[in-house]
Amino acid sequence: MTLSPDAAGWQRRTLLKAFAGGLAGLSLFEASMLLPAYAADAAQWPAEAFKQKSEADALKIFYGKSAEASDKVNLDAPEIAENGAVVPIAVASTLPNVTSIALLVLENPFTLAAAYKIPEGTQPAVANRLKMAKTTKVVAVVESNGKLYTATKEVKVTVGGCGG
Amino acid sequence: MLRKLLLVGALALGAAHSALAADKVDPKAEFKAFRDYFVGRFPKVPLDDFVNGPYSMDAGLRKQWKAIEEFPPYDFAVDKGKEMFAKPFANGKTYGDCFPDKGVGIRQNYPYFDAKSGQVITLELALNQCREANGEKPLDYVKDDMAALTAYMAFTSRGKRFDIKISDDPRALAAYRKGEEYFYTRRGQLNFSCASCHVQSAGNHIRTEVLAPALGIMAAMPIYRSEWGSMGTISRRLVTCNSQVRAAPLKPQDELYRDVEYFLTYMGNGLPVSGPGARP
Amino acid sequence: MASTIRVRAVAGADTTEVQSLIQHPMDSGFVKDSAGQLIPPHHIEVVQFEHGGKTVFTALWGPAVSKDPYLKFSFKGAKKGDDLKVSWVDNKGASDSLVAKIQ
Repeated sequence: MTLSPDAAGWQRRTLLKAFAGGLAGLSLFEASMLLPAYAADAAQWPAEAFKQKSEADALKIFYGKSAEASDKVNLDAPEIAENGAVVPIAVASTLPNVTSIALLVLENPFTLAAAYKIPEGTQPAVANRLKMAKTTKVVAVVESNGKLYTATKEVKVTVGGCGG
Repeated sequence: MLRKLLLVGALALGAAHSALAADKVDPKAEFKAFRDYFVGRFPKVPLDDFVNGPYSMDAGLRKQWKAIEEFPPYDFAVDKGKEMFAKPFANGKTYGDCFPDKGVGIRQNYPYFDAKSGQVITLELALNQCREANGEKPLDYVKDDMAALTAYMAFTSRGKRFDIKISDDPRALAAYRKGEEYFYTRRGQLNFSCASCHVQSAGNHIRTEVLAPALGIMAAMPIYRSEWGSMGTISRRLVTCNSQVRAAPLKPQDELYRDVEYFLTYMGNGLPVSGPGARP
Repeated sequence: MASTIRVRAVAGADTTEVQSLIQHPMDSGFVKDSAGQLIPPHHIEVVQFEHGGKTVFTALWGPAVSKDPYLKFSFKGAKKGDDLKVSWVDNKGASDSLVAKIQ
């Protein structure tokens, strides 16, 4: 079907409606028209997982399983963070068929810091910058062939990364 | 090293106590003593690398800094500064009309001593003078728009070598001397001088940070500090530094602060502009 | 108003490396303002990268991601001149998107 000349405005209004009432408030058609324009959709954000306060709970809620340590997960984190507000962290893995990578900061108020979905064709590696409230273990979790593998490093934080 | 430090310190204090006779102020000799002190104390640091402050001194910090520099947080400020620079004032003129070379690639010449007004002109002061001369309100000296402008101007000057001039004009020499004296004078509850940290303790740790050497310390300005979560100009750093030693700070761009900038930037002559910079 | 998204995407022999920097306060909700009041959480929740109609990377972010967040990843199948779309949405429902050319 052809879009009317006011397609852009229509998409905008539909988007506002979606963010007001959630994607469930839209018809399938409206939702499908939205996705090409604003693909990042809040519906896929795992709110419960981001509220967990322990490694085990975060893994259980986000992945539904537990993990084992692996030397095929490479976690690059500084020994002493220059500033806890901006700690460069990178993860890479030689494991096959990686579908996601997650980062847990154990001493933070909420353990799960970030999670990344890795579709086929995308390298199993990511670099980002995280906040750490204090000296903490950082756990990198890699999902490969449906199983979870981890690497852990301790990062010393003197001046807290949360403005204190 | 200690002897050189005492020499430089003595020169400063000695000259300050005597009348500010021009023949007692020898910036060239002090420049050499200052540089020799740092090069002697840190023989493994390549001279140009001093402009990277703490990152020239600590491998762990340097690695984190390099990661941040891959896509630095001051990028937004540079873009904003570029936009601001291009946008004409209400009267149709632009910032470029106030500066040599349309304001591009000139950071290394600031500050300078202006014979006409008899004072040190910093880049920030010049920018606000430009605004006021063209009917615009002056900007806050400490951050935001001013930091965006100076970030852009520093960026266009990266790699150019600082070339601060101190002529025989006794007023220029007096400004240099006043700045130098401020730098070496202890103040505040903590009773530290700028030199306490940036000369005597340069390269040492203060919590997780490493104290930057005073040599070339102006080169990375303005800076995005993780501590601030935003950009800050030289004024911002001088004011917060005073507060951190529990001394009453001067007003941003106070004449004395400008004299300090004059002295410190001159001491970094020949080193390359590395700003804008990212710091902890 | 300028986009909040900065992207650098460079196509190599095998993979395209993508780096992005997004302007966003990423307030965690744990920091107090000068009046002693907690600044409420305000952070990006999802960032999506698309190429050729396919999602090539998705970031799910919590409040522990740093201010002005950075990301780097690589993917296969793109070439110089292709479009890469980046979009984000935050916990307040705000969003932004950008289409960048792969270099």
